Amino acid sequence: MGNSANSGKGSVGNFFSGVGTEFKEIGLTFTQGDWKTKVSYLIMGFGPLMRKQFLRGIAYLAVEVLFIWYMAGFGWHYLKDFTTLGTVARVMNDDGTFSYNDNSFLILLYSLLTIIVIFAFLVVWRMNLKENRNEEKLLAAGKKLGTVKGDLYSLLDSHFDKTLLALPVLGIFVFTVLPIIFMIFIAFTDYDANHQPPTNLFTWVGLENFKNLFSFGTTGLGSTFLTVLAWTLIWAFFATFLTYFCGMGVAIMINRKGIKFKKLWRTILVMTIAVPQFVSLLYVYKMFASDGLVNSYLMKWGWISSAIPFWQNPTLAKIMIIVINLWIGIPYTMLITTGLLMNIPEDLYESARIDGATGFQMFKSITLPYMLFVTGPFLLTQFTGNLNNFNVIFLLTQGGPQSMKLSNNAGYTDLLVTWLYKMTINDTNYRMAAVLGIMVFVVTAVISLVVYGMLPSVRDEEGFQ
Amino acid sequence: MGIKAKRTLGNTITYIVLIIISIIWLFPFVCLFLQSLRSYNEGGGGMVEYLLPKQFSLDSYKFLFSQDSQFVRWYLNTLVIACFVAVLQTIVVLCVSYALSRMRFKGRTFLMRFWLILGMFPGFLTMICLYFLLKQFGLTQAGAIPGLILISVASSGMGYYVTKGYFDTIPKALDEAARIDGASRARVFLTMIIPMSKPIIIYAALVAFMAPWCDYIFASYVAFGYSDSYNVAVAMQRWVWTSDYQGYFTRFCAGGMLVAVPITILFICLQRYYVEGVTGGAVKG
Repeated sequence: MGNSANSGKGSVGNFFSGVGTEFKEIGLTFTQGDWKTKVSYLIMGFGPLMRKQFLRGIAYLAVEVLFIWYMAGFGWHYLKDFTTLGTVARVMNDDGTFSYNDNSFLILLYSLLTIIVIFAFLVVWRMNLKENRNEEKLLAAGKKLGTVKGDLYSLLDSHFDKTLLALPVLGIFVFTVLPIIFMIFIAFTDYDANHQPPTNLFTWVGLENFKNLFSFGTTGLGSTFLTVLAWTLIWAFFATFLTYFCGMGVAIMINRKGIKFKKLWRTILVMTIAVPQFVSLLYVYKMFASDGLVNSYLMKWGWISSAIPFWQNPTLAKIMIIVINLWIGIPYTMLITTGLLMNIPEDLYESARIDGATGFQMFKSITLPYMLFVTGPFLLTQFTGNLNNFNVIFLLTQGGPQSMKLSNNAGYTDLLVTWLYKMTINDTNYRMAAVLGIMVFVVTAVISLVVYGMLPSVRDEEGFQ
Repeated sequence: MGIKAKRTLGNTITYIVLIIISIIWLFPFVCLFLQSLRSYNEGGGGMVEYLLPKQFSLDSYKFLFSQDSQFVRWYLNTLVIACFVAVLQTIVVLCVSYALSRMRFKGRTFLMRFWLILGMFPGFLTMICLYFLLKQFGLTQAGAIPGLILISVASSGMGYYVTKGYFDTIPKALDEAARIDGASRARVFLTMIIPMSKPIIIYAALVAFMAPWCDYIFASYVAFGYSDSYNVAVAMQRWVWTSDYQGYFTRFCAGGMLVAVPITILFICLQRYYVEGVTGGAVKG
């Protein structure tokens, strides 16, 4: 990933020169090819079929037939409205019922699908040309072409990757890639509660939503966005590093020589990983509610006169979330660091002890550098994971306490993702939810890129080996 | 003070700290257990201001298994989802990991980078679009169970890191030797790599099995308003958050116990594999 930033410019250049070579190849294939190859430019798979490569020929031909059938029967109807996202939502019939015409949602989604299908078709078309050229070359050299059996066997051998990856890649495309592209486009439309298909249309609005997010006027989301963003970063920082150091501390204690029942201690801690979070976190939430167990006992013992507003006071709620996250997070770090701590060579500590180092000094100059070196990537994934840590926030506070000072139902403990969720579910404000989603991506990507480059284990792979 | 005395003191302090930590960690679960056994005669099954029930009873558990409650159905829904997801997701992850670890094909690095970037988008962003897609296939409301399985499995290929890291540690020379003997890639994968990967398969299946028990967000969206398709998380969440359902608090605790106990036992039995998986994954990044 670190290299990708450097090679970014190079790959753009490569891309263009690659496109240039492709066109040249396409031209060469045509001028040097025989008539079978030339017909294949129009009728895909014609060449292979004439050369008795039936499986490949039929496959290419089928792709072309399917593509034409898809475009004529389906794709084109949506693609032609892509620029407007529809003009007439519904018309009233004579008998007072409505019949629905254009649905912006469908137009946008299927247009994007169609654009991708066209690209995919072009790729297959190019493969079809390559196949023709290849066959011609092989025949000219007096070699035999492959058999159907050989083709099928290669799917289990040299082309086994295609067999393995076909379904997973298709699944990711339909259920991740397409939806993400769709939502990125939604960020440039006015799709919200007032523009809900099929009753209403939505349309392109350019960068309006982004301007709205960064405008600090009375109607803009600017100040709320900054508040939520700041808390998201603060939360991710504390959630990551506090759990990291506390978890390591617990691991060191359990690893200590002379401590018995090591397995028991670990098992007790691991309970919070095993018990589903919706059970444990919801229960803890209720424990600290104003009529919950903690407040009741504190009042009964006369320590406080009125309930502590654990979840109503913004600052308290934030602290509570971070503390309760320790309860969830320490066991993970403990599990991960236990084994690693035991890998540190014992003689390092021995010689430090002979030099009269205290426990803390040894931790600071031996344990910590080693651990930071080894667990650098882990810390990074933890950090980005915490930026998007939906469960802890949502099960505890649902983003609350809310305030009139924050717009769009944001609360003081809302992370960007929980706010996004509320916008989608409660407000059906999809346009702003999409913009927020892009912002989350930007924040995650920037932090990942910057930190990844700084990681000692990436800069200096040999460091501790 | 001699070295020995110092060490004893240090150990004593460590024990005390560990005992305090254990109490903090177990306290909520003990409370949950005690509350689930509280009789309806006290506080009508709502929240009360004391810990130890005055009258123990199995009222809440009986309710969950009675005709008035769909708890058994919700439980089975979740179990079905969890089992299918565990099996299918493991298969998908194994296939992707093998291809990425062992085979060198055009677009391999592109695919890995592309998936890495995709992973930086928040999952909820695509919720409405996914809902729509599922609806097209008739997999919402009444069909929510297969729908949720499909969604979990379809995108699971991107979670290949840990398994691929494990495959990378199996020497390639083994593959080469078998291939020289005439075994195909598929044969190597099925008869050599898979049997050698038992720990990582158990890890992958365990993680996949546990996830659906916590799935609240998407499950509630897909099954919206159709209580036959709820999973335990969606259904029991409603008990806690809807204040008219105050009486359901002990039922929530009882249901929570029924969910937590089997999963915890399973987890603790397979803990070894889990630790191996997360540690390997953490160091590799």
